[in-house]
Amino acid sequence: MTQTRTIIIECLRFHPETDEAPYYQSYEVPFTAEMSVLEGLQYIKDHLDGTLTFRWSCRMAICGSCGCMVNNEPVLSCQTFLRDYHPSRIRVEPLAHFPILRDLTIDQTDFLAKLESVHPYLIPSADDDPGDQPRNQTPDQIQDYLGYAQCINCLLCYAACPQYGLNEAFTGPAALALLHRYNADSRDAGKAQRMDVINAEEGVWGCTLVGECSEVCPKHVDPARAINQNKIVSTQDYFLRFLKPRGRR
Amino acid sequence: MDVIESDLVIIGGGGAGLRAAIAAAESDPGLSISLVSKVVPMRSHTVAAEGGAAGVIHPDDTLDKHFDDTVSGGDWLCEQDVVEYFIGQCTRELTQLEHWGCPWSRQEDGGINVRYFGGMKSPRTWFAADKTGFHILHTLFQTSLKYPSIRRFDEFFCTDLLVEGDRVQGVLAFNIATGESVLLRCKAVVLATGGASRVFGQNTNAGIVTGEGMGMAYSQGVPLRDMEFVQWHPTALPGSGILITEGARGEGGILLNKDGYRYLQDYGMGPLDPWPRPRAMELGPRDRVSQAFWHEDQAGRTVETTNGSAVHLDLRHLGEKKIMERLPMIRELACTFAATDPVHSPIPVRPAVHYTMGGVQCDVNGATPLQGLFAVGECASVGIHGANRLGSNSLAELLVFGRAAGESAARLAREITAAPADLNAQAHEAEARRLNMLNADEGERVAVIRSEMHDIMESGVGIVRDAERMSQACERLSALRDRYRRGVKLDDRGRCFNTEWLTAIELGHTLQVAEAMAHSALARKESRGAHLRQDGFDTRDDEAFLCHSLAHHEGNGPPRISHAPVTITRSSPRERIYGRDSQPDQTAREE
Repeated sequence: MTQTRTIIIECLRFHPETDEAPYYQSYEVPFTAEMSVLEGLQYIKDHLDGTLTFRWSCRMAICGSCGCMVNNEPVLSCQTFLRDYHPSRIRVEPLAHFPILRDLTIDQTDFLAKLESVHPYLIPSADDDPGDQPRNQTPDQIQDYLGYAQCINCLLCYAACPQYGLNEAFTGPAALALLHRYNADSRDAGKAQRMDVINAEEGVWGCTLVGECSEVCPKHVDPARAINQNKIVSTQDYFLRFLKPRGRR
Repeated sequence: MDVIESDLVIIGGGGAGLRAAIAAAESDPGLSISLVSKVVPMRSHTVAAEGGAAGVIHPDDTLDKHFDDTVSGGDWLCEQDVVEYFIGQCTRELTQLEHWGCPWSRQEDGGINVRYFGGMKSPRTWFAADKTGFHILHTLFQTSLKYPSIRRFDEFFCTDLLVEGDRVQGVLAFNIATGESVLLRCKAVVLATGGASRVFGQNTNAGIVTGEGMGMAYSQGVPLRDMEFVQWHPTALPGSGILITEGARGEGGILLNKDGYRYLQDYGMGPLDPWPRPRAMELGPRDRVSQAFWHEDQAGRTVETTNGSAVHLDLRHLGEKKIMERLPMIRELACTFAATDPVHSPIPVRPAVHYTMGGVQCDVNGATPLQGLFAVGECASVGIHGANRLGSNSLAELLVFGRAAGESAARLAREITAAPADLNAQAHEAEARRLNMLNADEGERVAVIRSEMHDIMESGVGIVRDAERMSQACERLSALRDRYRRGVKLDDRGRCFNTEWLTAIELGHTLQVAEAMAHSALARKESRGAHLRQDGFDTRDDEAFLCHSLAHHEGNGPPRISHAPVTITRSSPRERIYGRDSQPDQTAREE
């Protein structure tokens, strides 16, 4: 049988209707070796305190709902395990750098607006007409962008990014990685439309290459690399402006 | 109460809802479309689909084979005219997704790669490694951003359909963040709310898959069809229920009992050799493979884990390179959630509830018997799954019928010229009823009622069924619904982001869906597809039960069950054969 132990989970609490400031509340939670932090939170919600509020859904690290800070590290709570912290207590907080809606849930509207701003869809060239057939794309061509297409929008990278913490206008790692995902796709011709986002002060130049985003990414997307590659593109674009009138690029 | 006017309201932002929204927007850019979802669309459960989507493209494949695999896989309970439409549209829709940027896995020459899934005569499954649902969902979501007429209501929770003059004309929803209600008035509603696997405890599904779309339609008198047909996926992690894709067997994975024996050869899916071959052994259909597990378990030939019995899914012979190319997420999931690296050891797996084959009754256009209401995807019963869904047909279904329903709903919305009904009184009444739950001083906790429901369904309406246990389940569910009505005790009385309250509302719908499943199952006195009885009704009975089940809502009482004919066009029922005689194929057209 699996051994049951007990761990203290300390959660940040904040209710906008009644609390002036966030505070912490501790719960004693029985757990087994395979229980995740998410399951610990679910135990609290089901049995101890139905008011504790957090997002979750797939519980298999693909829907991106359950990001939070555990002992100051941004993680997916569904694949972070209580056994790795016991016998110490753990502290669970909402993702850093976002406004708190309630308890562990953050307001993600800023990110959604940024995601939309990068034109995150395929923009084929005007003369590309595949008719009713799939286009060709070799495995090598897929490799150029596939890594950047793995982003689950969990926002851990924003919580880790010191630049986003300082300046929330920064487009940020996930949105810029997604921008690069389409730019790097052999079927796409929309780079020019996305250039303004890249070139803006809040675009790639907002990044100071700390690389925390890639460190915390649960899907190994490497936004830092995407941003860095686009700094080269942005620089080229800058100089190209002196050579050709815009619009004829 | 805020009132939002739009032509079309789509409830649910998963694959089906997004495809419907895009189709509606493309068919008439002048229509206003509200896409309402209790989660931000990319969190929807489509994201967790792994293996792939069916569409005929392989040179050895034909539309007739897809038809025959689907109809025989469904044990002849499919609407054959709807299947005919479906198979004709799948490849077009998967190609459309390619045009929108979906990273389909490719052959060396850049063409689309396909793999085998269970019950297929030819390789037919388009895949994006083992994250097909994820890539489909993100491609659809990102593409939907191009259409200005689609207005999203992310994290809005729909509770009630509002019907006036025999027609759906609105939806009551709550903004989750604030708890404020909103009345969405419209000319047509598309339900794309997903299935109801959370009726059961051991399931592969996300926490949001609670069946409230079915519950909302059912409460308005729309029948739920074929609800007894619940799919157990044969390979989920014990305990968590996390899905290990059928693609793992499509790539060559094998299932072993505790003696290291490939037990499926004893359950009508052998012989072993030659291997691999289609529609045999580990590439048998899901109902048969899950049922075989049940028998092995009864015979004591399963492996004990800390989370109950299991068998072994062995991928080691595929080698690390192939696993990393074709099944990278499976490796990650097994390492993270089962402490097992499939490159080096077999993964313990067991069946878990995966898919609701029944749902809201609708036609090929998604139209339900209630005017103005359309249904699509797992919440719907359009008729392609019959008694057992073929793996890979459901992702294709989202696209094919998402488009059909979106276009049909758009057409209807254009045709309706009457001014929308006011609905104000009705909306306030529904709102008051929902808000009233916040004031219950007595009652039981959500978790107590929910876990009792799980227990009832697992023990009474499981993989193998009999009248006694199903009757007990029906009685216990009726009592449980009474207890639910008497009150659910909430710790949380506030309006803002009150997920305890929303979970309690979900549970009300889920309980009704559970009851529809149990009663439909009890009334089907035969065995067909995923509905397997061991009480004298052990075989298929085409004389009496080649028909759909319809569960009708009867207020606080148990549902009334009736039966309705199945559309048979060109394939008459015959024995379902896998393993030994599955080749040569039997696709010859019948009269």
